[in-house]
Amino acid sequence: MHLIISPLANDFMVRALIAATLIGGVCSIVGVYVVLRNMSFIGDGLAHASFAGIVIAYLLKFDLYIGGLIFTILTALGIGAVSKRSEVSLDTTIGVFFTAAFALGIALMSHVQNYVIDLQDFLFGNILAIDRRDILIIAALTAGILIVVALLYKELLFASFDPVSAGASGVPVDALTYVLLAILAVTIIVSLQAAGIVLVAALLVTPAATAYQLTNRFGPMMLISAIVGVASGIVGLYCSYYFNVASGASIVLVATACFFAAMVLSPKRRSLLTALLDARRTAIRVR
Amino acid sequence: MKDERTNRHDHTHIAPDAPPQPRGHSHAVAPATFHLHPHAGHPHGQPARVPASDAAIAVDGVCAGYFGRDVLDEVSFTVNRGEFIGVIGPNGSGKSTLLKVIAGLLPVQCGSVLVFGQRPSPEVRHLIGYVPQSESVNWSFPVTVRDVVLMGTYGRLGLFRRPSDADRAAADAAIAQVGMQDYTSAQIGQLSGGQQQRVFVARALVARPKLMLLDEPIAGVDATTQHAIFTLLEQLKEQGTTIVATTHDLSCVAEWFDRVLALNHSVVAYGKPQEVLTSETLSATFGSHVLVSPVLPA
Repeated sequence: MHLIISPLANDFMVRALIAATLIGGVCSIVGVYVVLRNMSFIGDGLAHASFAGIVIAYLLKFDLYIGGLIFTILTALGIGAVSKRSEVSLDTTIGVFFTAAFALGIALMSHVQNYVIDLQDFLFGNILAIDRRDILIIAALTAGILIVVALLYKELLFASFDPVSAGASGVPVDALTYVLLAILAVTIIVSLQAAGIVLVAALLVTPAATAYQLTNRFGPMMLISAIVGVASGIVGLYCSYYFNVASGASIVLVATACFFAAMVLSPKRRSLLTALLDARRTAIRVR
Repeated sequence: MKDERTNRHDHTHIAPDAPPQPRGHSHAVAPATFHLHPHAGHPHGQPARVPASDAAIAVDGVCAGYFGRDVLDEVSFTVNRGEFIGVIGPNGSGKSTLLKVIAGLLPVQCGSVLVFGQRPSPEVRHLIGYVPQSESVNWSFPVTVRDVVLMGTYGRLGLFRRPSDADRAAADAAIAQVGMQDYTSAQIGQLSGGQQQRVFVARALVARPKLMLLDEPIAGVDATTQHAIFTLLEQLKEQGTTIVATTHDLSCVAEWFDRVLALNHSVVAYGKPQEVLTSETLSATFGSHVLVSPVLPA
């Protein structure tokens, strides 16, 4: 008990715990769509692209959240539009655009070396540096995302499972894809300070992939994913405190441990690999 | 059905190289050219909610496609109420595109589509049940048979509203109608192809459609299952539902469909199965090197 309570004497630890809970929850709920719709590469790519937005905002002395948010949302919507009209595969488009945006971020950052320390928090995450204002922003954005997901629950379910029939019955499938991309962009921005650009994809994918192995129903999958996400955030943070390792990395490693545990315990006994291969084969033939 | 033979030459035109058919002949003249199908007078027929109009579907000079390329080129045909229509053609001939155009999923570049006399609209969508091509569905999705069938109520519910107990009861009734009640809690991906098709038909049925559009409903299922699916569709037809199904399997065409549309970007032929299933039409539709005799067992 003492091991759990004593770190809370530090204000930074209390803030970090609140942030880990919020971020673990929102990432793992949005992550359900990321996993089921094969959007993990988009998630990873958007996280990298956001770096350019953050560096530009930094250079312009603009708010980092707002700068990163605008840039990431625009990139996400741009990708949605390009993939809809272009005949180049979505993966290729993402590979080209997002590495370019990341390279732009690195180029700008290397040009202004004295800012490097602060910006590195965004690369690898530093949840212990989160202040009161960050918490408020994270809480507000998380609440907004959860409200949208709750309101559009059945439409997002239908459009993700069977986009053609959903469209035929009047669900605005294309608009929902853009909504989901925007939600993904906001989720990534919310999580960057805690997990960092490189690891945020794991927060999106791992809890949902864990839940996927434990249930064959959508609602329970979302619930289990959220529990795994929040628990990984909290447990990972304590591990980070006691073993003196980077918080983002330790949260991701705890989530990964959950994933392997679920793989062993899975009633479905199917490996993630098979599932992902199946999903990829059937994926996005929306046209 | 014998009287339809007098119109044979209107229905069946083999014209891959012929000048374009006169536009507008189908829906403008349709009431005069086409007669009502015998089933249209069935006691169950003509439900009250359907607006008055002679044709279930009137496609007139439609061009449509993706990325500026037309997949459908001046397609015109009319489907009467209560008819069971088969659309045949090779892969990439525009069969799926045609269904999407009828369902209002894809805008037309030229021409017009009328479903029960109306242009595409949310009201018209509620009259249509759509069963998609199997590969457009994410089969690894964590949803059960009941979850899937319940999705059939979503369109009518509209945004933000959750399905009620009545909707759940309707879903269970539709599941029973297609004989899948023993699989209600099974995950959709664990079912066989034929069972999945029946579940998708059940989902379309929940919304009580007047028109069913099925994209390759018998692709990759065995002969017994094909028979079961067609028997189910035949029952729906007898209740007055108009049905359009695409297929590239010709073995079922003569037995089940009232009329067959041979499609290869444009209409190659449209008429009763025995009129369309000639070696001439089929080589014009599928290319000369393919099937010559459609009655050969598959």
